[in-house]
Amino acid sequence: MPVKVNEMAGKLSLRVNTTKGDLDRDVTGCYISDLLSDVMANAQEGEVWITLQTHPNIVAVAVLKNLSGIIITNNRNPEGETLKKAEAEGIPIMLSASSTFETGGSLYRLLRC
Amino acid sequence: MTLRRIAEILDAEFLVTAGNPDTEIRSVCSSDLMSDLLHFAGKPKSLLITGLINNQVVRTAEIADIKAVVFVLNKKPDRETVSFAADKGIWLLATRLSRFTACGKLYGEGLRSCTEENGHD
Amino acid sequence: MTKQHCEGSFHLVGGEFTHAGAASSELKTILTGLGISAELVRRAAIATFEAEMNVIIHAAAGVIHYSVTPEKIQIVVSDMGPGIPDIGLAMTEGYSTAPDWVREMGWGAGMGLPNIKKNSDQLKVESVVGEGTTIEIMIIMKGGDAGEGE
Repeated sequence: MPVKVNEMAGKLSLRVNTTKGDLDRDVTGCYISDLLSDVMANAQEGEVWITLQTHPNIVAVAVLKNLSGIIITNNRNPEGETLKKAEAEGIPIMLSASSTFETGGSLYRLLRC
Repeated sequence: MTLRRIAEILDAEFLVTAGNPDTEIRSVCSSDLMSDLLHFAGKPKSLLITGLINNQVVRTAEIADIKAVVFVLNKKPDRETVSFAADKGIWLLATRLSRFTACGKLYGEGLRSCTEENGHD
Repeated sequence: MTKQHCEGSFHLVGGEFTHAGAASSELKTILTGLGISAELVRRAAIATFEAEMNVIIHAAAGVIHYSVTPEKIQIVVSDMGPGIPDIGLAMTEGYSTAPDWVREMGWGAGMGLPNIKKNSDQLKVESVVGEGTTIEIMIIMKGGDAGEGE
């Protein structure tokens, strides 16, 4: 069942890096990939995207696919340009101190898939 | 958990067998980025879940001592990559599940990741 | 027991991804055959692999030269590539100059030099923009290391 982006960030102990991202959106699911072409082909609207990539192109992809947000794992930080673009587009970027496996696993549990 | 059990949970088929499927897997990595795997290499008996199917994945698995690779969304590497993995003794599996579902199921069964922070075996 | 001395080299062709990593893989086999511990072999292989990929991704050509003595493993990777204008910046995790198509192959995440540093006991990077880069990796053998494995 969907949870709000805000609620997900709280339950997964994610640090919300953006200030203007829409945190009230429903997270309808999740897509995990570090390959932009793969996300473009397979991610669904409303899903939150878990990745290690930090470069600005990830925002463009999230916008195009109408994703509910991006979670960057392993304590990585988005590039300055990435954050700026995300703020401009209202895409929440959240940071996880855990690995992709653990972050995805916890989210799977939360969404009770 | 055995590789056999993991294959059952993920409803995965074996593309390359490299020994006894009751071999133990203790930790899981999930990444499409090779340097990330190399950064966290060193955990013994580890398995990789990825959507990247080029030969680099097998090469990186070999260098990083990753025992088995599971490809998601029914993606399958080409014949050269499969025989390359067979030469190097690296298990290859394919599941129709997404990376999210595959991670979710294995995490739910208690497996944890290859990161250093998770202690030592 | 580690042999007294062993050395060799591999030539690398820029842009050649089909066999990318083959040199590092062969070096790994050689080091294992010398009875060096699994941990040191893995570190040497990872550091060499990242350096090899840097050459293949960025340079026209390069050479890996390795030298093993009872005291240390030394790997020198030299290339004819664009050079690195700011080595400090290049050592930052996440900083990458790789083109997008390289990212789609699973590389270019900006972890190459940091990974090399992480796996080396000593690392020297020298570069001239427009000419190329030389990376010198040193891994020190601990006492009684040979053949024990991990």
